[in-house]
Amino acid sequence: MSPIRMPRGDAAPAATVAPGPGGVAAALEAVGARVVVEGAVLLDGVDFTAHPGRVHSLIGPNGAGKSTLLGVLAGDRAATAGEVRLGGRPLADIHLRDLARERAVLTQEHAVTFPFPAREIVEMGRHPWAKTPAEDDDERMIAEAMRLTDVAHLAERTLPSLSGGERARVALARVLAQATPILLLDEPTAALDLKHQEDVLRLARERATAGATVVVVLHDLGLAAAYSDDVTLIAHGAVVATGAPSDVLTAERIEAVYGQPVEVLPHPRTGVPLILPIR
Amino acid sequence: MSAQDAAPRTDERPVGESADAPPAASAVGEVAPAASRDPDRPSTADPAAPTSRGTAARRVILFTGLALALVAVAVVAAMSGQLHLPAGEVWNSILRALGLTDVPESVPNADAALWTIRFPRIVMAILIGAALAVAGTIMQAVFSNPLAEPGVVGVSSGAALGAAAAIVFGWTAAGDWVTAAIAFGTGILTTFAVYFASRSGGRTEVVTLVLTGIAVNAFASGGLALLTFLGDNQSREEIVFWQLGSLNGARWEEVQVMLPVIAAALVAGFALARRLDLFSLGERGARHLGVNVERTRVISIVVVAVLTGAAVAFAGIIGFVGLIVPHLMRMVIGPSHRGLIAASALGGALLLLTADLVARTAVPMADLPIGMLTSLVGGPFFFWLLRRQRRKSGGWG
Repeated sequence: MSPIRMPRGDAAPAATVAPGPGGVAAALEAVGARVVVEGAVLLDGVDFTAHPGRVHSLIGPNGAGKSTLLGVLAGDRAATAGEVRLGGRPLADIHLRDLARERAVLTQEHAVTFPFPAREIVEMGRHPWAKTPAEDDDERMIAEAMRLTDVAHLAERTLPSLSGGERARVALARVLAQATPILLLDEPTAALDLKHQEDVLRLARERATAGATVVVVLHDLGLAAAYSDDVTLIAHGAVVATGAPSDVLTAERIEAVYGQPVEVLPHPRTGVPLILPIR
Repeated sequence: MSAQDAAPRTDERPVGESADAPPAASAVGEVAPAASRDPDRPSTADPAAPTSRGTAARRVILFTGLALALVAVAVVAAMSGQLHLPAGEVWNSILRALGLTDVPESVPNADAALWTIRFPRIVMAILIGAALAVAGTIMQAVFSNPLAEPGVVGVSSGAALGAAAAIVFGWTAAGDWVTAAIAFGTGILTTFAVYFASRSGGRTEVVTLVLTGIAVNAFASGGLALLTFLGDNQSREEIVFWQLGSLNGARWEEVQVMLPVIAAALVAGFALARRLDLFSLGERGARHLGVNVERTRVISIVVVAVLTGAAVAFAGIIGFVGLIVPHLMRMVIGPSHRGLIAASALGGALLLLTADLVARTAVPMADLPIGMLTSLVGGPFFFWLLRRQRRKSGGWG
C-alpha cells in the first residue's frame, strides 16, 4: 500500500477526500472556555481559535487540559462558562447531524465493542452523509481513506485481531472518510511507528492545505514544530502562549512549563526548531 | 474461491483464524517479505467492495438455511403430538382451510388438532422466539455490552411480579387476558422505573443502569416470594409454572395481539440498525457521527421492553434466547446490525419453535416448561460459546 508520496502543496490526493458538501471550513473558536468538574478547574477561561487552512497543535504537559479543550471544541462536553463557536454559531445550537458533517474527531480510544471488520469501521464514518447526495461518494471516500492511512490490506480483518497502531490507523481512516472541513485529532501519533507518525501529520498537513481546519493534540514537540502553522501551549488549564511554532517553542518557556531543561536549535537545512532535552 | 484470481486471496482470510496468526506477513514472510506492504504493488485489496465475498456467501447460506430449517421444524411440529399426523395431512389441512382442495380428513379430528391447537402454538413460538432474540440483539448493541439481555432492565421480573399479583389476588377472574395484560404493563413500567432511576442530568451511565436493574430485580423477586408465600396452594402452583414459561394453550387471539406488536418493533429495530452499529464506537464516537445517543437509547429500550414484555406476558419467562441467538448469528455473519437483526429474528424463531417441539414431545403426555428447557440447554451452551470466542479472538470485550 502506497503511503503519501506527494510533495507538500500538491493537493491532488487531499482534494479527492476534501471537505464534503458540508462546504467551506469555518473558524472554530473557544471564548473564555471554563470547565469545572467536582471543584477541579480543568480549563480556566481559555481563548482559542483554529483557522481554516491551518494545522493548529495543542501541546502541554500531562493533565494540562489539552484533551479537555479538544472535547469542548468537539461538543462532547459543555463549557461551565464561556462559549464555543463554529463559524460564529454557538456549538450548542448546531444539530448533532449537521455538526457531524462539519467536524470529525479522533479520540484516544479506538476500541470497539463487537468484532467489526476494519472496512465496516471506516464505513461508519460515512454515516452523517446517509440519505444525502454525498452518499454516492461513499465507496470512493472509504477506499481513499483506507489507502491514505495504509490500512487497505486490513479491510477484512476484525478490529480485535489488529495491533494498537493498526487500530489507530483504522480509526483515522474512519475520521478521514467522514470528509469534514474540520478535523480534531487527539494524539493521533500515540501508538504509531516512525513512518506512520510522519504519514499522519503529512495527511493533516495536506488536509489543511486543501482548506480544512485541523486541530491536533501532540506530545512530540518536534512533530508539532515541524507540521504546525500555529501552536498553543497549555498548562494548568490555561493558555501559556500561542502563535507560530518558533515563537512559542523557546527553551525558557518549555523548561518553565514542563520542568525539563531543553535546547532549541534550528534545523541546519529547514530551520524548523529542534527540541532536545538536556540529558 | 477457486474462480477468483490469486491476488485478493490474501484479503479473504477467514475472520476467525486471523486472530491466531496476527500479521499476514509472518506466515509468508520468508517467501515474499512484506509483500502486502510493497508500495509499488497496485492496490490489490479492494476496500470498495461493500462486503467480502465470504461474508456475502455466508449471509446467503445462513438466511436460506434458517428459513428452510424453520419451515421443516414447523412441519414436524404440526405432525407431532398425541395425535400423529402425516405431512400430507398437514398440507391438505392447509389447502382445505384455503378452500383449495376437497380431500377429506384421512385422520379424524386432524383439522381440529391443527387449527385450534398446533398452528397457533407454532406461530406463537415463532413470534415469541423472534421477539426475544431481536430484543436481545438491540439490548447488546445499545449498551455496547455483549452480555446485556432484556432481563437486565427488569422487564421479566416486573412482568412476573405483575402476573403473580394477578394470580394471588384473584384478578384473573375478570377475564382471560388479565394476567397477560398486567404482566405486560408491569414489565414495561419496571423497565421505565429502572431507566429513569439511573438517569441523571440527561445522561445514563450503563453501569448505573445495570446496578439499578439488579436492585429492582432483587426487589421484584422479593415481592414474588411474598406473593408466593401469601397465595394458596393453587396460586403457588400457577405462579411457579407461569415463571417456568410455556406456550401451552396458545390461541389465535393471542397471535392477533402479538403479530402487530412484534411487526412494529421489528420495523423499529431495522430503522435503528445503522445507529446501533455506531454504538460500537462508544458513546462519544457515536455522537461524533451525529447520533443522538440518549434519544436512540430511549427508543431502543422502549422497543426492547415492548418485545420482551409481550413475549413474557404470553409465554412466561423464557431465558437465554435473547442472549445466545445474537451471539450465534454474529459469529456467522458478523456484527453489522442490518443483517444481524433479521438473522436473529429467524434464529430466535427457529430456536424457540424447536425448543417448544421438544418441550411437548420429549416426555409422553407431558408438557415440559419451555423456559426450564432453554435455560438447561442454554446455560452450558453459552459457557461453551464464551470459551470458544475467548480462544479465537480474545473475547468480546
